[in-house]
Order: sequence, then C-alpha cells, then structure tokens
Amino acid sequence: MTLRDVNVGETVKVKKIDGEGAVKRRIMDMGITKGVEIYVRKIAPLGDPIEVTVRGYELSVRKADGEMIVVE
Amino acid sequence: MGIRIALAGNPNCGKTTLFNALTGSNQFVGNWPGVTVEYKEGKYKGDKEVTIVDLPGIYSLSPYTLEEVVSRNYLIDEKPNAIINVIDGTNLERNLYLTTQVVELGIPVVIAINMMDVVEKNGDKINTKRLAEEIGVPVFEISALKNRGLKEIVDAGVKAAKEAKPQSPKHRFDGSVEHALAHIEELCLHNVSDENVQRWYSIKLFERDEKIQEKLGLSSDVISHIEQDIQSCEKEMDDDSESIITGERYNYIGTIIDGCVKKAAKGMTISDKIDQVVTNRFLALPIFAIVMWLVYYISVTTVGGWATDWANDGVFGDGWHLFAIGSSDYADAADEFAANQLIVDGYDVYVEENGTEPTGDFDYPVEDEETLEVSYETASLEDYEAAKAYVESTEEPDPADYGIWIPGVPVFVESALDAINCNDVVKSLVLDGIVAGVGAVLGFVPQILILFIFLAFLESCGYMARVAFIMDRIFRKFGLSGKSFIPMLIGTGCGIPGIMASRTIENDRDRKMTIMTTTFIPCGAKLPFIAMVAGAIFGGASWVAPSAYFLGIFAIIVSGIMLKKTKLFAGDPAPFVMELPAYHWPTVGNVLRSMWERGWSFIKKAGTIILLSTIVIWFLTFFGFVDGAFTMLEEDQIDHSILAMLGKCLAWIFIPLGFGDWEATVASITGLVAKENIVGTLGIIYGASGDVYATMAQAFTAASGFAFLAFNLLCAPCFAAMGAIKREMNNTKWFWTAIGYQCGFAWIIGLIVYQVGKVFTGEGFTFGTIFGIAAICALLYGLFRKDKYNK
Repeated sequence: MTLRDVNVGETVKVKKIDGEGAVKRRIMDMGITKGVEIYVRKIAPLGDPIEVTVRGYELSVRKADGEMIVVE
Repeated sequence: MGIRIALAGNPNCGKTTLFNALTGSNQFVGNWPGVTVEYKEGKYKGDKEVTIVDLPGIYSLSPYTLEEVVSRNYLIDEKPNAIINVIDGTNLERNLYLTTQVVELGIPVVIAINMMDVVEKNGDKINTKRLAEEIGVPVFEISALKNRGLKEIVDAGVKAAKEAKPQSPKHRFDGSVEHALAHIEELCLHNVSDENVQRWYSIKLFERDEKIQEKLGLSSDVISHIEQDIQSCEKEMDDDSESIITGERYNYIGTIIDGCVKKAAKGMTISDKIDQVVTNRFLALPIFAIVMWLVYYISVTTVGGWATDWANDGVFGDGWHLFAIGSSDYADAADEFAANQLIVDGYDVYVEENGTEPTGDFDYPVEDEETLEVSYETASLEDYEAAKAYVESTEEPDPADYGIWIPGVPVFVESALDAINCNDVVKSLVLDGIVAGVGAVLGFVPQILILFIFLAFLESCGYMARVAFIMDRIFRKFGLSGKSFIPMLIGTGCGIPGIMASRTIENDRDRKMTIMTTTFIPCGAKLPFIAMVAGAIFGGASWVAPSAYFLGIFAIIVSGIMLKKTKLFAGDPAPFVMELPAYHWPTVGNVLRSMWERGWSFIKKAGTIILLSTIVIWFLTFFGFVDGAFTMLEEDQIDHSILAMLGKCLAWIFIPLGFGDWEATVASITGLVAKENIVGTLGIIYGASGDVYATMAQAFTAASGFAFLAFNLLCAPCFAAMGAIKREMNNTKWFWTAIGYQCGFAWIIGLIVYQVGKVFTGEGFTFGTIFGIAAICALLYGLFRKDKYNK
C-alpha cells in the first residue's frame, strides 16, 4: 500500500520510500523517513494534492509523489 | 576586521523577522550572482563591525534546490565567522534536521530557538540546557517578534566567532556508516586543507552528491573505489545511502527531543481551526475566489487603478488636484464644455462641407479618446443655439479654479524649459524622451507597492502556501505552480506587477515559466487596441474582446506544455512537497519592508532599460528626413521618421502574417513603449486622410486584422514589463530567451491566423495555406512529442 491509497483521517507508518533523485530526497528531508507515522488530514478541493501531518507539522504531497511512499 | 554571521534556518522559522529586527534599515538586498535567489545582508544595529547575512530559507543542504546549493556554497566557500541557526520552537523536530547538517561544516554555531512566546502560550516546555548539551552547541530562547533575547543571541554569535573554535558534531552514525565515512575521508579528502569540514565532505560523498564529487575533482577511479565502500554499507543496512543518512539524522533527533521537550496535551490550535475552514473541501474554492477578488479589486480596479492613473495622468501628465478635491466637479464642467464645443464645431464643419447652413437637425462627429472610434450624434438647431450661447458665455474650465491644482512634471518641466528659451531638440528630448521614460518607470510603482502589500501579507500569514495547495492540480499540467494564478490574475490589469508577483513562487523553473507566460494575458493597456481592431475591422463585433482573453489563456497553456518538454526546462522534476505553515498575523513593519524592497528593486533593476529604450524610440520617432534634410519632426510627420524607414525595412517580416506594411510595423514598434501607443500611432498614420477607422478597415482584411491583433497581444510586452522580466530573471540569457520566445510564438500564431483564416474568409486555399498548416503541425508536435528530458 502507498500513501496514495490511504483514506482521510487514517494514520499509517512508513515502510520505505521508493524512487530516487530530487523528489525522493525532498520527501525524506521533510521528515518522511522509514518508521515515521503519517496522519492523512485532507484532500485538496480539486482532488489533489493531499495534506498530511508528519513530525508535528502540516505537509502537502501530490498523489503521484505519494505513490513513492510505501506505508502499512 | 569585521565579523560575518550567517543566519540559517528553515522557511517560515521567523528568520526574516529576526534579520529585520537585528539590522533595522541597514540592509543591502540583491541577488546571489546569476540566480533569482534573493541575497540579503545588513549591519547589526548594536555593532557596525558585525555583518549579518540572511541565507535563503532551507530545509536541508541537499544538492537539489537552488536555495540549498547557494546556501551551502556560501557556507563552505565564504566561511562566515559563525552561524546563527534559527529554529522554530513550535516545530523542533524538522527544524533540528538542518541543524544536524549545519554543525558538520566546522563553523562555530549557536542555536536560536525562535517563537518562544508561542511555545509558552501552547504550554510546551523545552529544556534548552539539555538540548545544548546533547547537540554540543549553545542554545538561546528568543522571540524575534517580541524582541526577546536578540542581544544575547548576537553576543553569543560574536563570542563564538571570536573564539573561532571549530564546531564538531556530537552525533555519530551507525557503526558501518562511520566505517565507510572514515574510509572516504582517508581516501580522497587529504587534499582538503580545512580538516574541520572533512566530515561534511565525506558524508556528502557517501550520499553520492555529484556536485561535491565534481567540486573535489575526484577521478573516476577514486569514485568507483568509494562506491565499493558505500555499496557494502548499503547492503549491510539494506537501504540506499541517502535514506540511511536522513533516516539516522531523524532518529537521532527523535532521541534528543524525547529528553528535552514536553508537549502540553494538544487540542486543536487556532491555526488548525482556521485551516479547517479555509482549505475545507467545499469552502476552499469560494474563499479562494473571494480573496483573489479582493486582491484584484483593490490592487487593480480601485486603489491600484487610481494610483496608476494618478501617477501616469497626474504626476506624469497634465497635473492633479490635491486630495482629489474638486476633481469630479472639474471633470463634470470640462465634459459639459467639451460636449457643447463639439456641437458648435460640428455646425462649422457642416457649413464648410455643404457651403450652406443646416436647415434642420444635423449630425456631428464624436471621437472616443481611447480607441479613436468616431460615432455620429444628431443635434437640432436649438441645440446648436444653446451650445453656442454656452460656449460664448462660459470660459473653458480651468482645473486650478476647482481645487488646489498641482501641475504634472511634464507641464512643470516644459514651462521651466520655455523660461530659459531652451532649444527645441533638447526640449523634446527632455519631455518626450527622459520625462516620459522616467514616468514609465515610476508610473507603475504605486500600483506595484499596493499589490506587494497584499502579497507580503498573504505570504507571511501563511495563505500563499494554501493558494498553491488549492490550485496545484490545474497549473502543474502546464509546468506552472499553483501560485502562478496570482501573477496571471494581476496580469489582466498590468503585466508589470504580474511579473513581479512571480517572486512568491519558490521553484525556479515554475517561476521562469510564469515570467515567460504572464504577459500573454491581455493587460489593461491592450484593451483600447483590442477595441480599435474590433471597431475598425470587425464592425464592433462583440466576440473580439473575449477572443483576446481566450487567445491569452490558450497561449499560456500551449507554451507551458511545449516549453516543459524543451531542453530549457529539462532536468529532474521539481518536487512539490510543500510545508503548510501555521497561520499567524504578520507584523506591519515586515509587510511594509517587503513591499518597499520589491518596489525599489523594480526601480533600480528595471529603471535603466525602460528609460534607455524610451529615449531610443523617441529619437527614432521624432527625427527623420524631410525633403532630403535630416531634421526634427512634428508628431504628425511620423511617416518621415527614422522609425518609418525602419518599419519599411522590417515590414517584410510580417508579409506572411498579412500586414507587411510599414504602418502596422511602426505601430507595433511604438507599442513596445506602451501598448496603448499602438492606437495613437495608427491614429496619426491613418488619420491623415480623414477617418481613421475607415482607412484602417481598407488596410486590413478580417484575417490580417486578427493576425495583427494576435501578434501584438502575444509578442514582447512594453519596455516597462520587459524591465520587470529582466529584473525577475536576473540573467541576460534568460531575459532574451523569454523575449525571443514571446515574439517567435506571436509570429507563428499570427501566421496561422492569417493563412488559415484566409481559407475561411473567402480567399480559398492558397500557397500560403500550406505554411499555416505546417505551423499548426509544428505546434501539435511541440505539444504531443515525447518528453525526453523528464520522466
């Protein structure tokens, strides 16, 4: 399962980050690393991106990028 | 010897507020060389020997974003004497991530935990003493907003700088990582003279940072050697090296936080509550529409529009009434007088043309000031008598009688030049060249300032990030950012503040794309021209004006998709992983300062190019050959000007577009000074034979007329907007790329409109149609070809 498939209001744990390069590094730099908990807060009014809470702050992630984040 | 202290910290950590509080008005704002990233430095208020450099807000020292690269290059190459690491106390965890990297650079570091007032209000506790011990760096509590702890933090920074004790990180990675790092250090870093920064280099090499590999000039031999170390470590830890490093940093921070921070049981903060409403699934779009409408209404329609009118027509026009007292009375009186005068003049014209006085109702012409459209109205003989009596009994209204009238700069300068019997050439140079040029620069400043109050407010209160969040889905398809919405919206009023508004877009490529495409949207100055074409060539058809906006939107979308696939915008796709900062009230001081900095940078960086180009066009317009002698010209002798000669030389360019004559060419060139000039120039050129609209209707067919319109809407904007583009691109190559692309794109669209349009307007299929269709195919290819630079 990836972050894309998580419903609003659910909390998940990150298993690993796929992909490479700038996007992957950015996702990790922002605190989404193995083992961290992510709470999916809401979806933007037009359906993308999503807003999540991670490490105590709010972050917006595109669904396409969310596919790189494997969660459980 | 002065001391240089760098401020480093995440975006939204209050770094700018701190910088402003520390330096006051002693600031220098510019750009990092060759890039659009802002550079700021200032002298510390308490000690002029201390220079404070404000680095861009960054989350990490990775090689992937411009801001991060600029910052880390500065820290490594310029070596400030100390770093003040600013941390948002309400979000220690992510903020400390940068700290773990900053302490590896070997430069003395002190930590300023900012926003302590908010932390205390939330009821959270931070054990700073323990934090300082854990990280091995002095830690201070401050609140830049409340002016708390500022002296202490700078004193600590200065002390650290004077001691010059290299910082060494306390943090150690996992055993196998440290093993690899030691190997790397041994293998390739003995050349690096400063051993304090060796650890940082070794970590970067472990992460396979290509920029650092290049910087150190490592041979492929050495790199493949390191690669073995990295791979064996990766195998052992079952992850890639970058993930290992970031993961370990965050785990380390987790252990520190557990011991140092006590969070109060957290309910919903005010910011959470605001966000629940503002980005709510159903309310977000209506709220967004209202906010945008407010920004537009105030900065373009009302206050901004008044400011621009005042600056252009008042200060750099005839003059203005102080506090606008008496303005409307004067306008009414002047209108009434003009209306009566028109009837009297119309009567005289009738007599002249018919050789006899009218016996009943007669028609008289009324010309629209902006579009030069002439319409006819009917007056009876009684109307004429009344008008005649009015005109004879009343003097033409003088604005000075209606309030405190302040003459405009041109009026003032003209009378001053007359007083000293100035030579006509010099007078024209000063008035039509210099004063007009300065007016073109300064005329837009009031509106820019008003818009920037809004932008600074939206940015610092946190709503701007939500704009990107809400609009991202639409704009990213065209290689733009959700924040591109604001530049384009403002661009419908005036392209200059529109281009400047692109400053709020963090991503370099998105910003450049926005700058290149914003002026495709018809601005206010193009409206009279659009109305003129609609009136003269299309009989006032109502579809012309909307079609201009559709054309603009079409141009943005097509350009976005095409450019995205070119080498210009090649490279790794820009990640859109964006923080949505907590909402808070910005301070008035910071908003005003941001407004002023941006307005001033427009004057400084865009001013010269605008002024020079206005003077060049003045020279071309007002000089030429009459009967073989080079002389200065009157305004209506434009057909003798150098500009007209130039137009004749260049007209062939527009033959495929259907308007390859010097008149249209010259009008397009004068449009570069200001787009509304196209109307004035055409008025002079076509007006010589009487009816401007009728002459224009003969000069253009429907196809060539629309091609002319399309070309002038899409080609390079006015000089003032070009100045803004130059300022925002901060790079000559990119500036010319933008201008060249706009002109080229406009030409191709004009070609398609004319050649294909001819088929539908009764001229049938011609040889040129092939080129029109070829151009369409080229556009389609550009749109749908495979994107080989981005995956």
